[in-house]
Amino acid sequence: MDFSSAKQFDLHRRMVRIRLFEEAAGRLAEANKLPGFLHLYVGEEAVASGVCGALNDDDHITSTHRGHGHLVAKGGDFNRMMAELMGKSTGYCKGKGGSMHISDTSLGMLGANGIVGAGSPIAVGAAFANKYRGKGQVAVAFFGDGSTNIGAFHEAANMACALHLPIVFACENNEYGEFTPRDKTMAITDVVDRAAGYGMPGVIVDGMDVIAVHEAAVEAVERARQGGGPSMIEAKTYRFYNHHGVQNLGLKYRSDEEVAVWKLRDPIFTFEDRMIENGVATRANFDDIWAELRADIDTAIQFAEDSPYPTPDQILVNVYTSMTGAN
Amino acid sequence: MSDDRKLTYAQAFNEAVSQMMEADPDVFCAGEDIGAFGGVFGTFAGLQAKFGEKRVVDTPISEQAIVGLGVGASVTGLRPIVDLMFMDFICVAFDQIVNQAAKLKYMFGGDATLPMTITTAGGGGLSAAAQHSQSLEALLCHIPGLKVVMPSNPYDMKGLMISCIKENNPTVMIKHKRLLGMSAPVPTEAYGIPLGKGNIIRPGKDVTIVAYARMANEALIAAKELAEDGIDCEIIDPRTLQPLDSDLLIDSAKKTNRVLVAQEAVRFGGLGAEIASQIQELAFDYLDAPVSRIGAPFSPVPFSPALESHYIPDSKSIVKGVRDVMARR
Repeated sequence: MDFSSAKQFDLHRRMVRIRLFEEAAGRLAEANKLPGFLHLYVGEEAVASGVCGALNDDDHITSTHRGHGHLVAKGGDFNRMMAELMGKSTGYCKGKGGSMHISDTSLGMLGANGIVGAGSPIAVGAAFANKYRGKGQVAVAFFGDGSTNIGAFHEAANMACALHLPIVFACENNEYGEFTPRDKTMAITDVVDRAAGYGMPGVIVDGMDVIAVHEAAVEAVERARQGGGPSMIEAKTYRFYNHHGVQNLGLKYRSDEEVAVWKLRDPIFTFEDRMIENGVATRANFDDIWAELRADIDTAIQFAEDSPYPTPDQILVNVYTSMTGAN
Repeated sequence: MSDDRKLTYAQAFNEAVSQMMEADPDVFCAGEDIGAFGGVFGTFAGLQAKFGEKRVVDTPISEQAIVGLGVGASVTGLRPIVDLMFMDFICVAFDQIVNQAAKLKYMFGGDATLPMTITTAGGGGLSAAAQHSQSLEALLCHIPGLKVVMPSNPYDMKGLMISCIKENNPTVMIKHKRLLGMSAPVPTEAYGIPLGKGNIIRPGKDVTIVAYARMANEALIAAKELAEDGIDCEIIDPRTLQPLDSDLLIDSAKKTNRVLVAQEAVRFGGLGAEIASQIQELAFDYLDAPVSRIGAPFSPVPFSPALESHYIPDSKSIVKGVRDVMARR
């Protein structure tokens, strides 16, 4: 597939937005300005960007505990995201969800999720609704390699295939389930080997190459949209920071060499080099884009810091949808 | 159709689902064996023939994915009814029920609506042993975000099920397996019974019995026997356990001054404990005796009829419980 320069800039922009948001979140966390847990998506930007770049606004995605990147790639607003990370009332979840539950249903982003594997059954439900309505919408379940070891994933994959639903299973294989390497927790090297067991096609792509991810996503999404059923994409990728936070208490479960090798394959910088080589962009173009988006991040941090915290009277709000006049 | 048309509890459930599916094209059902087979208890009989495979869906034996299907479909605009064959199987699906369905709206700051109904069959009395007989309603009532309904008769079943389907929150409808064949007059038109509203099923002045699902019927039998001894029981069926109609319970306690709560579930940590606690907090000065509780012993449900018949409370245990409450001076 050949992609227009506009599409390449679009994919690049999604990746840079994720990178800048996550780097800023990491800095704020290190400065003790963010409460709670923080799972950064840095290094994996090509996956969310390449896949979401193949989706329409009314398509749905489910996410993981490492979910900021998915929301950004689906069009998430920096201000509301940063405010949510700080627990402010202007955040996406009004301070009720935080990093692990960040969501925007109006963008079809059905939530980051604190339970590993739990997003996939929900994506199956969204895909069922999309097929039921018959308007050609699709759903994408993002999940990590580790979540393919939990029952919910298998139930979801099997049910999606049994019901022939318009869904794409997008695996971000970053080789570690939290702090444990993949080869200690599964006896296969490629997660996509599991796809055949459910009766769906699957492909492996270089998850550090946004064009490769995007090509596979376009094909899988179109298959789903046209009634061809589920498929799986396994993107081989890597998280540059730790499972949780940035330096994560100095835990050493990966060698410096391993991290360094993967960083050489940085999905953004390698893509920029390619766009320049191919005459699609100049370094000055990228300087402008980074500067513009950095300003957006600065604005978002300011917005979040200036925003009020929710008041205690909000604790009982939105436990239930009000049913005034119903029944 | 005459007003005294009778339906069984199972038929009342079926008619509620059917009428709501006719009224709202966004309503669909999914679960194990509910299609051509009509559900293992027949509660979905004929619905697939009437509404087609698109709207009455046979699923794999995958309780997490069944509830997940309901979560994802409801949050994207449909109105699912997802069936878990036995109540015991909520344990298999507990992450999707407790951590997803119940919490999405709150975690998303209100940016989600989940108009889904989980239907299931609870209760013992069929020698189905420890994994197919439980009354686990207390686990569900403990979770903010869920509503929990346990009807005791065909009329309430139809009205409550219609309200569950119309409800814009995740709701669990617990059918009692031993009531499925109970027959009683049920109006033909669609009607709702508000969730959270209890019912005084027998007015009385001497003692209040709070009982739901099968125990409400056992309480009615007990009240007849007690009436012969001049004890006038008021029986309250909360019908909805979450939210609980606390006002109705408190008012009755203030009137009769004596209360017994009867539940089929294990007594420890059950709904009876919550009800007793609320009554002593809000009506302590009116009580002539401690609020008492009837419930199952602290063991799994046993298999043999010789054991199970002693395990599950019945009208006799309620009679004894009321006499004990009345004996306090």
